[in-house]
Amino acid sequence: MTPEPVKPKLKLAVYWGAACGGCCVSVLDTHEKLLDIVAAADPVFWPIAMDIKYKDVENMPDQSIDLTLFNGAIRNSENKHMAELLRKKSKILVAYGACAYMGGIPGLANFFSKSEIFNRAYLETESTNNPEKTVPVHEFAVPEGTIEIPRMFNDVLPLNLVVDVDYYIPGCPPQSERLIEVFSLVASGAELPPKGSVVGANDKTNCDECKRKKSDNKLVKKFYRPWEIQDDKETCFIEQGVICMGPATRSGCGVRCVEGNSPCRGCYGPPPGASDPGAKMMAAIGTMIDANKPEEIDEIIESIVDPAGLFYRFSLPGSILGRKVL
Amino acid sequence: MKQISIDPITRLEGHGKIEIFVNDDGEVENAYFQVPELRGFEKFCEGRPVEELPSIVTKICGVCPGCHHMASGKAVDAVFGADPPPTAKKIRELFYMAHFVHSHIAHFYALAAPDFVVGPTANPAERNILGVISKVGLQIGSEVIKQRRIAQEIQALIGGHQTHVIMNTPGGVKKGITDEQRDDIVTKAEGFVEFSKFSIQLFKDVVLGNKDYVELILNGPYSLVLHSMGLVDGNNKVNFYDGKVRVVDTKGKELYKYGPDQYLDYVEERVEPWTYLKFPYLKKIGWKGFIDGQESGVYHATPLSRLNAADGMATPVAQQEYDFMYKTLGGKPVHATLAMHWARLIELIYSAEHCLELAKDPDITGKDLRAPLGKIVGEGVGIVEAQRGTLTHHYWTDDRGMVRKVNLIVGTTNNHAAICMSIKKAAQGLIKKGTEITEGTLNMIEMAFRAYDPCFSCATHSLPGQMKMLLNIRDHQGNIISSFERK
Amino acid sequence: MNFSPTIVAFLCNWCAYTGADLAGTSRLHYAPNIRIIRIMCSGRIEPTFILKAFKEGADGVLICGCHPGDCHYQEGNYKCLRRFKLLEKFIAQMGIEKERLRLEWISASEGKQFAELVNEMTKTILQIGPSKVKKTLEVEPVK
Repeated sequence: MTPEPVKPKLKLAVYWGAACGGCCVSVLDTHEKLLDIVAAADPVFWPIAMDIKYKDVENMPDQSIDLTLFNGAIRNSENKHMAELLRKKSKILVAYGACAYMGGIPGLANFFSKSEIFNRAYLETESTNNPEKTVPVHEFAVPEGTIEIPRMFNDVLPLNLVVDVDYYIPGCPPQSERLIEVFSLVASGAELPPKGSVVGANDKTNCDECKRKKSDNKLVKKFYRPWEIQDDKETCFIEQGVICMGPATRSGCGVRCVEGNSPCRGCYGPPPGASDPGAKMMAAIGTMIDANKPEEIDEIIESIVDPAGLFYRFSLPGSILGRKVL
Repeated sequence: MKQISIDPITRLEGHGKIEIFVNDDGEVENAYFQVPELRGFEKFCEGRPVEELPSIVTKICGVCPGCHHMASGKAVDAVFGADPPPTAKKIRELFYMAHFVHSHIAHFYALAAPDFVVGPTANPAERNILGVISKVGLQIGSEVIKQRRIAQEIQALIGGHQTHVIMNTPGGVKKGITDEQRDDIVTKAEGFVEFSKFSIQLFKDVVLGNKDYVELILNGPYSLVLHSMGLVDGNNKVNFYDGKVRVVDTKGKELYKYGPDQYLDYVEERVEPWTYLKFPYLKKIGWKGFIDGQESGVYHATPLSRLNAADGMATPVAQQEYDFMYKTLGGKPVHATLAMHWARLIELIYSAEHCLELAKDPDITGKDLRAPLGKIVGEGVGIVEAQRGTLTHHYWTDDRGMVRKVNLIVGTTNNHAAICMSIKKAAQGLIKKGTEITEGTLNMIEMAFRAYDPCFSCATHSLPGQMKMLLNIRDHQGNIISSFERK
Repeated sequence: MNFSPTIVAFLCNWCAYTGADLAGTSRLHYAPNIRIIRIMCSGRIEPTFILKAFKEGADGVLICGCHPGDCHYQEGNYKCLRRFKLLEKFIAQMGIEKERLRLEWISASEGKQFAELVNEMTKTILQIGPSKVKKTLEVEPVK
């Protein structure tokens, strides 16, 4: 799908907040198609690949970047500063990947406080030797002068809580083929979907595209941890008693994890019409529990070991509650 | 005192910045390499079912997720007291060799080659993969993209997901390999072996055939005399997936050799207030400061340290190249930081050869993928070699297998002190009284951290060829008195 | 303390709401802290409603449906019970006190029981204090 640019090349930026680099890898995993992207666009800022510095971005005229793919969550002051800066400098700002969209895996930190995280990392870990109880600080005077590191925030935030976001591309990371589709659309100059849309994904749930055999009987008498069963590799996970987030997850990834015999964990976020994937999954699970007596229900609930961490694996900051109450 | 900031450091995975202090004599007083972020995996994994951790910890890094998945998988096996069957271990290792192939190819061609093929002080507009291609030809560039793509495809096939792999389950793997898939992998692995041999030949022609580069490697401001760490198998040969951790001292003599469960007796971490990343060092020696040498507790965990710590390579062509490198550089151990690039290519050959060996192994298409699980032991350590260094995952769970505590020592973390020292040494060696700071100078400082492969960059032409850098020289009040920009 | 709890109550149309109505027509006094939302069946309640209620500032959420066996739609209240128990486990993980979420069966003739229930729940919430569920995640300044 080679775009045919009739206007000057688009200026493209790819930047990361609290990220792992996987979304940048997904851009590179377009492999030979990256040639097409580069034919239509000039990357102007991409720290993993290019030596453009923050000062250079500050010097760019406002709105001069045509498309910015911002991946990673907002965890500290630098992430927020760059989100605000790139919003100013970009025509289209896309929340790229699960972290920017709903907080992603770093969002699991919202089950804890910042001090709990610091204590574990710098004081309690078994390999750490720190009797002075030193912890990293925002500004520190060394003999030669003062040096700074960004201030870590108390909460992990999705991108849209700090800046206005034009589009969301879900996934951990987004499938490279979907990126090519979205990019081709932008490069072609065609009319774009309404602002705030989720693009680069489909409109149904993963169950729709899953190749496993499904029946209408989804009643479960007990939920199993994946290793407690011998997966027959053919039947729907839920029908085998293993919770799979497929019913509450937007499709578009090709259901790759289930192809690998692993139940879906929801990285593509909620399906259309549902803002909170975990709440929808809890509603569905409630329906599946095959018991009416309170004691029997309790026993089945007991077999769901980590509801919050499972249903909100990728979306805790973007969920209704947003974080654990401290 | 003048303060020079490089922010952000680019062409590595993750965020980083460098602060260089130049005193009034024009000499570098000190340099700090700061890691400006913390996400908190060691805390937020608590409360999760331990079997979910292999898929959660891949998100520590999207470039080497396979490494975390393997270390985690092994730790989870230990939590369950399970020993995966031979087929499962071989499938994991086969995946892992493809993972190393992709990463080492990408690092060499996109990060290392421009500095050597084009030149460390060459025109920055040409000092990138495009410049490399113009020197060596477009065919090679296409081959680099293709080999990397093939390695990614093998990872997706075996790992279940091309980036954030999901294949491990307690006691084994979730999916087997069919005969057709195996035949396909054999062909592809043969391609890897040829390409890796070609890559090291390229290195020899372009780098070793140029006496200025040899001088740079041997006598440039890039050597740190450090203890070396790496995993070795039962024959003391380099192994990425399994074995014991071996540490040799600055003279190459074995200091320690230990199994994963004993790592806490040998490695400790230090906290500094000016960076979020901790500094591991050898516990029995202790922390003596940011110094190198036999008396220091600082060690490095890199391709070079792995080769130093081992007695050899487990595959024939890699072994030949191992002998040749040490012969050329004057014996073991080698302390020249830039030799890490060479060591990385030797590892590339080993990964390719071992990938082929495993693909041809009759067990690889076996059906026994999971060991039966017994009572939950409740604690487990998994250690592997990541491309960037020895990687340790340590989990504690309750008797239901719910995570109580996590401790991680990650690949590049091992090298945090060494990178700081390498940068300081390079800056001190290159910026002296009266030095005119050019872009070449700045690039040569960057080469100090790039050797450690803090990440891989785009292995393609999407680089515009410019290494932009802004150098602000401030007076003691922080006012900018002079600005130098490399566009 | 000037804290006056806000309790959102989801009452099913057929039994619970009628029971609450009966409390009213019987002129029974009960705490004014309750905000009633009528739904056709307790089986319609999904976790989204409850989480939203907490997010919007509710200090407590009360769910009332028909007694088991009496559901106007046969089994809706059982579905509600199952979802409720899962929600209980979930809100415990989220640091929300279990007293804040309550499920009770109220029949159409149980006006008195409804009034007592509201009083009791209001008293309990008064004791444990306002909910700490934040309206929005904290967005800190850069500097």
